[in-house]
Amino acid sequence: MEEQGTRAVITVVGQDRVGIIAGVTVVLAEHGVNILDISQTIVSGFFSMITVADMSGCSVGFSELKEKLEAKGLELGVQVTIQHEDVFRYMHRI
Amino acid sequence: MPIQFQPTEILETIRMVADEKFDIRTITLGISLLDCAHEEMGPLCDRVYEKVVRSAERLVATGEALEEAYGIPIVNKRIAVTPMAHVTAPCRRGNPAEAARALDRAAATVGVNFIGGFSALVQKGMTDSDRRLIESIPEALATTERVCSSVNVGSTKAGINMDAVALMGRVIRETARRTADRDGLGCAKLVVFCNAPEDNPFMAGAFHGAGEPEKVVNVGISGPGVVLNTVRRNPDIRFGLLADRIKRTTFKITRMGELIGREAARRLGVPFGIVDLSLAPTPAWGDSVAEILEAMGLERCGTHGTTAALALLNDAVKKGGAMATSYVGGLTGAFIPVSEDAGMIRAVEEGTLCIDKLEAMTCVCSVGLDMIAVPGDTPASTLSAVIADEAAIGMINRKTTAVRIIPAPGRQVGDRVEFGGLLGSAPVMAVHPESSEAFIARGGRIPAPIQSMTN
Repeated sequence: MEEQGTRAVITVVGQDRVGIIAGVTVVLAEHGVNILDISQTIVSGFFSMITVADMSGCSVGFSELKEKLEAKGLELGVQVTIQHEDVFRYMHRI
Repeated sequence: MPIQFQPTEILETIRMVADEKFDIRTITLGISLLDCAHEEMGPLCDRVYEKVVRSAERLVATGEALEEAYGIPIVNKRIAVTPMAHVTAPCRRGNPAEAARALDRAAATVGVNFIGGFSALVQKGMTDSDRRLIESIPEALATTERVCSSVNVGSTKAGINMDAVALMGRVIRETARRTADRDGLGCAKLVVFCNAPEDNPFMAGAFHGAGEPEKVVNVGISGPGVVLNTVRRNPDIRFGLLADRIKRTTFKITRMGELIGREAARRLGVPFGIVDLSLAPTPAWGDSVAEILEAMGLERCGTHGTTAALALLNDAVKKGGAMATSYVGGLTGAFIPVSEDAGMIRAVEEGTLCIDKLEAMTCVCSVGLDMIAVPGDTPASTLSAVIADEAAIGMINRKTTAVRIIPAPGRQVGDRVEFGGLLGSAPVMAVHPESSEAFIARGGRIPAPIQSMTN
């Protein structure tokens, strides 16, 4: 639990529409963020995507990437959050 | 590489922050000021200012960087210092309020909203320095913005110093008078303790105890909103299961305190102290401890059953949190500050919750009679008697108790005083009109109880 992870968890929640994954992943690719896994579900039109990504090659800082993703979310009409993997590791795993 | 987390786990975390007001309430940097002692007040104040600013210059920026990195709000960045009566001891002619003003300037320079430690520990007796400091508290709190003061008047090991209890009644009255233009706001920053913890990160009672290292980072978590939703989602389950659900929830929120505390300590280059896993309400609806008790099935906080509900909550919070952090400390439990909890305020205004019931509740949760406004003409001896009652509960039950009471100048029962921000607003509550004067006038020390003989 001591080492610094470089992975982030990106979640997207909102009304389903064309191009959500494309829009979000383009932002990640533009900044050198490598997607390790994607899981996506749709429950009665409600879209939810969880992505685990490797931030080690990221060309911008965490907060700048967060702003870019949030701006893209606003454009797509969905809520995008990005959080350090440690948050989930600490909360849900001992 | 597969996703290690279930989608439900990830969405639960997001919901806690986005909808349930989960936050880290405070990162508090403890700083020893023992090496700032000096025989002259001028150089002493210069040393205090310089050391606090040098030690805490990166505190606020580090806290903000952690908020960014982990996406979890950190509401307050604060400082706790060595009880000032220890630092000003060699300075026999100076006014200790000068040192409070030096702390205030340092807090403003580094951008923290509160700095705690204008304090004296007098559970068994007062040194000359302790007395000088306590007598300067009204001036110190009237002439500073950010300084918090605390005085420990009792402990399980020492008993209760009733001379100090009598003095504190007068000091509280005088502090209210000196800040009368702000409804006695000075008293909101003055805590009278029994069994004060030396590593408490929460204000107004934080100070950096004598057994602490040069510097230390302590973290106070929050999260009444998260626990409230846990209870609301389970309206019909039996108590054993309810306690278990609360434990699971507090485990998770305490883990965040552990993560943030360790990372803050690493980035600031100081040791990590403790996580204080207290449920600290804010004046916002949905972030109230009273609402949790009501969600358990009580029509209004303060009615019969409230003490039992609070006992279950407080115990489950501790059990869940104890597993989640390697170092538990501070106050740890549920807070019931009236002015800072929307549900408590409502219960007082509707007449369900009175001081006597609050006193009973303090037997089973952390802290004590907290942020309670009483009529401005309440006698000092009555304030002292309230303090003595709380100190007795703490002494006998080997727990921390505290009194933060505001005799709001010119106010009567039914009025409401506004302190603003996290301090909230307090309905003025009734105290018993019968006198405690002769009891308080006795003076002396209540002996340590039989519970103190543990060796």
